Amino acid sequence: MFEIVRREEMAGGSVVLNEIKAPLIAKKARPGQFVILRASEKGERIPLTMAETDPEKGTITIIYQVVGKSTALFKTLKEGDRYLDIIGPLGKPTDIEKYDGDVVCVGGGTGVAVLHPITRGLKEKGNNVIAIIGARTKDLLILEDKMKAASHELFVCTDDGSYGHHGFVTDVLKDILEKRDVKLVVAIGPVPMMKFVCDITKKYNVKTIVSLNPIMVDGTGMCGCCRVSVGGETKFACVDGPEFDGHKVDFDELMKRLRSYLEEEKESYEKFKASCACNA
Amino acid sequence: MAEKKGQIPRQAMPEQKPEVRRRNFDEVPLGYTPELAMKEASRCLQCKKPACREGCPVEVDIPAFIKCIREGDFKGAIRKIWEKNSLPAICGRVCPQEAQCEGRCILGKKGEPVAIGNLERFAADYEREHGTGELPPKASPTGKKVAVIGSGPSGLTVAGDLILKGHEVTVFEAFHKGGGVLVYGIPEFRLPKSIVASELHFLERLGVKFEYNVVVGKTITIDELFEQGYDAVFIGVGAGLPRFLGIPGENLVGIYSANEYLTRANLMRAYLFPEYDTPIAKGKNVVVIGAGNVAMDAARTAMRLGADSVKIVYRRSREEMPARLAEIHHAEEEGIEFHLLTNPKKFLGDEEGRVRGMECIKMELGEPDESGRRRPVPIEGSEFEMECDLVVIAVGAGANPVLTTATEGLKLNKWGYIEADPATGKTTKKGVWAGGDIVTGQATVILAAGAGRKASKSIHDYLTWGW
Repeated sequence: MFEIVRREEMAGGSVVLNEIKAPLIAKKARPGQFVILRASEKGERIPLTMAETDPEKGTITIIYQVVGKSTALFKTLKEGDRYLDIIGPLGKPTDIEKYDGDVVCVGGGTGVAVLHPITRGLKEKGNNVIAIIGARTKDLLILEDKMKAASHELFVCTDDGSYGHHGFVTDVLKDILEKRDVKLVVAIGPVPMMKFVCDITKKYNVKTIVSLNPIMVDGTGMCGCCRVSVGGETKFACVDGPEFDGHKVDFDELMKRLRSYLEEEKESYEKFKASCACNA
Repeated sequence: MAEKKGQIPRQAMPEQKPEVRRRNFDEVPLGYTPELAMKEASRCLQCKKPACREGCPVEVDIPAFIKCIREGDFKGAIRKIWEKNSLPAICGRVCPQEAQCEGRCILGKKGEPVAIGNLERFAADYEREHGTGELPPKASPTGKKVAVIGSGPSGLTVAGDLILKGHEVTVFEAFHKGGGVLVYGIPEFRLPKSIVASELHFLERLGVKFEYNVVVGKTITIDELFEQGYDAVFIGVGAGLPRFLGIPGENLVGIYSANEYLTRANLMRAYLFPEYDTPIAKGKNVVVIGAGNVAMDAARTAMRLGADSVKIVYRRSREEMPARLAEIHHAEEEGIEFHLLTNPKKFLGDEEGRVRGMECIKMELGEPDESGRRRPVPIEGSEFEMECDLVVIAVGAGANPVLTTATEGLKLNKWGYIEADPATGKTTKKGVWAGGDIVTGQATVILAAGAGRKASKSIHDYLTWGW
């Protein structure tokens, strides 16, 4: 089980796609749900939202950015290698409904990978779907073609202007909110991006769904590590989410909690890089 | 003869010295030698009507196994225990004996009770280290299939019982390792994980299959298990929902539920970071809120991770502390401070969102509450600040809804626990039994094992006669 059947590198090798044999999970998974993976006996449990599932082939696809020891270790896995453990599907699936108006899907970084199946689902449901995706620079942009196919209109932004609109996804979003009758925004990406999107959509009073990625351990509601404040209440992202009403999420708290282990993460990654020639 | 027995004092089990063990994760008590075990066993009066046995949730024939030890028949002793308890190496270490078997021992009326827990542990350890590995006899195959959900004490008991009765048993575990609370909750220094692993291996040798990484309710449902040909299902998933205090500042960085703190340390081996990848915060001034076994485990773990000071903060007094006496004693020896009749009101953070302290209030005991214990009442104006950089909240657990809400036909009580017949473990769903913390709320390993024992009898009847 958990054999990697397809592996691709994107964004200059900083982002990796793994299609993995996991028939039980593939059969059950819905857009928006996540899995927890572990690559070695001493490894961490890493939650990642699925980018794709193929129930017939019995595979799931994850797309992750290499940010530390665990993802760097994942990157060393080749086609034919196996993950040690994968559990899922976890969390609640996205509520995919037909809206009386336009729907905007906003993605940044590897968040685009998670956004893609939701965008496709919303389109299949009969919504007019506008997608906005962004990256720091052209080379880091992922899944442009897929997002194009999954939406009716696609806007691309780069922070440095190397491709598409020069600026942030929020600039384009603001423009669309001004001109169109938008009923729903789905924003998935780095926490600051989601926060800024919500700041804008709040002004336009447009419902906004975000997918959160707090630190987790078990992923089944047992430990409370992933707690987030939503509308003043504590929720567990693993079982109550990972998607929440973005207007109610305390993003500042989430960002602080995401920094809980900065030093340890650095120590672990440095040690890994020093011990291994695979960090290139 | 009886007089002579009374003269032998209770044989203490050798243990690591507090000043050494408070900084390592090795097991604290080192075990009896055969000589010590036989000497301790000789203290048993072999009562005609053994009260100790009545105090045991699984009715181990205590005088009989102690008699075997006294005579040096260690193989006979473990086989006597196995008749009633499949997890003796574990129960000998973690049962609250003072409230059960040892609490009823006649010798305890005037002096010290027989060290039944230590003897049970000795018998199990001796077998593991010196035994022949000879498996107990198994009934011929019945062709019936049983799914056990959760590999904690209740699930393992059911699996062990039913495999011997000739049924096919598969255990589904959500984590990547088996043992449930025995591996994620109870620390290495109290229950070495190699012992849990050897209990699991024993079941595997008997033919029990383990499927890890399966979250029943998510990966597969109970109805799908029936469609796959399972004839009966036992749910032993534990409580598994951490309780928080609901006071301001609880989401500051450095505040953990006991479940998270212990899961990181135990299951993920974060105490060996960075050799293992999972990190854990190493506090200098640690506060653990609560005074049960889990709180003691968390406090002693924090001490081993290098804390300068570890405080137990509990809103009631010493008498009401729910932990085993041995755990409280060990914690005190290791330098854990007890701040009793003290309750946190809010957590205080720094600009980075990390906990830096806690505002507390002093309490006094009033009239008894619904639990029969005197209700703690805040003393007005007694607020004070306590410095801390790491907090573990160990005030119990609730019912985790992942499985129960995904299963139709399963009646729950108002707290979300599964309603099951106390005598048989039968739930309202046909072919489904439940036991352990998901039925009773957070309790002990042996009570969960006892519930598993009752359920396995009922499941066997159902599979044999259809009721």
